[in-house]
Amino acid sequence: MFRHMLGKTLGLLGYTIQYGCIAHCAFEYIGEFVVCSGPSMEPTIVNHDVVFSERMSRHLFKIEKGDIVIAKSPFDPQMNICKRVIGLEGDKICTSSPSDLFKTHTYVPMGHVWLEGDNLRNSTDSRNYGPIPYALIRGRVCWKLWPLHSFGTLSESPTKRIIKAQTDSDSD
Amino acid sequence: MRLKDGYHMAQQTSAGRRYVQTFISGFFVAVPVTVTILDKLAYVARVEGASMQPFLNPDAGAQSDVVLLNRWSVRNYQVQRGDIVSVVSPRNPKQKIIKRVIGLEGDFIRTLSYKNRYVRVPDGHLWIEGDHRGHSLDSNCFGPTPAEDMALVTAIR
Repeated sequence: MFRHMLGKTLGLLGYTIQYGCIAHCAFEYIGEFVVCSGPSMEPTIVNHDVVFSERMSRHLFKIEKGDIVIAKSPFDPQMNICKRVIGLEGDKICTSSPSDLFKTHTYVPMGHVWLEGDNLRNSTDSRNYGPIPYALIRGRVCWKLWPLHSFGTLSESPTKRIIKAQTDSDSD
Repeated sequence: MRLKDGYHMAQQTSAGRRYVQTFISGFFVAVPVTVTILDKLAYVARVEGASMQPFLNPDAGAQSDVVLLNRWSVRNYQVQRGDIVSVVSPRNPKQKIIKRVIGLEGDFIRTLSYKNRYVRVPDGHLWIEGDHRGHSLDSNCFGPTPAEDMALVTAIR
């Protein structure tokens, strides 16, 4: 009787470990569901939205300008932030606000990214704490799941902060 | 004769199919468990470079040292000053660097060759330095870093 119970418990433990490991691999390498809170990404993502963020682009280093990413907060590794990538390493970022007379620029250092929220008035982002290392990025938000009336892919940046790379015009 | 061959063939295909089924089910157990162990518990790696001499790689020409990187002990981001950790390099996210923790968040550091003489380590950041001064890409170059993907390093000879 005791042996039977022990066998069953060990079997259950084995299954728990196996499915726990499969779940860990799915969340780490495929994607995860994220509940967003806060006003810093309005109108693209509002409070209490549920989004799906995929992990593969981060592991394959294929995050691009204009992607919305989930990253670890640089001041608290147990909190996450959701912002848009405005600049990758080497890009020129305009740090002065539109009302300033003199425009100031900065370049994003190697291995770092510049993040900004879509709601520029109500967002603490790289304009406050500077560029963050690429390694803090967890995943790229690709689908909005809730609320159902805005189900689907997310829209482009409403702010005109992304400077597209200018193609060189060669004179023949 | 023909009947016997059919019987043998049926036995072989069912044995082959059973083999494939066992292989697939074993694969789906072994791979996630191994990946989870490497991500969450610990793994072993070879180190290169001279930035942690004389602790790691003391002889330049000899074989590089092997270390155990222990992820489980820093799962709650609890490190002590003086621990040797491996973090993702802030300059190159594809590379890991091994350095010693000199300052935790809130500490005041007097720097060796950083742009500011005195630095307060911000929340969630660490000040890391290599033992071999001058031959190390560490916080003296890139400042305090929000250490990502930390693992505690112990040397295995």
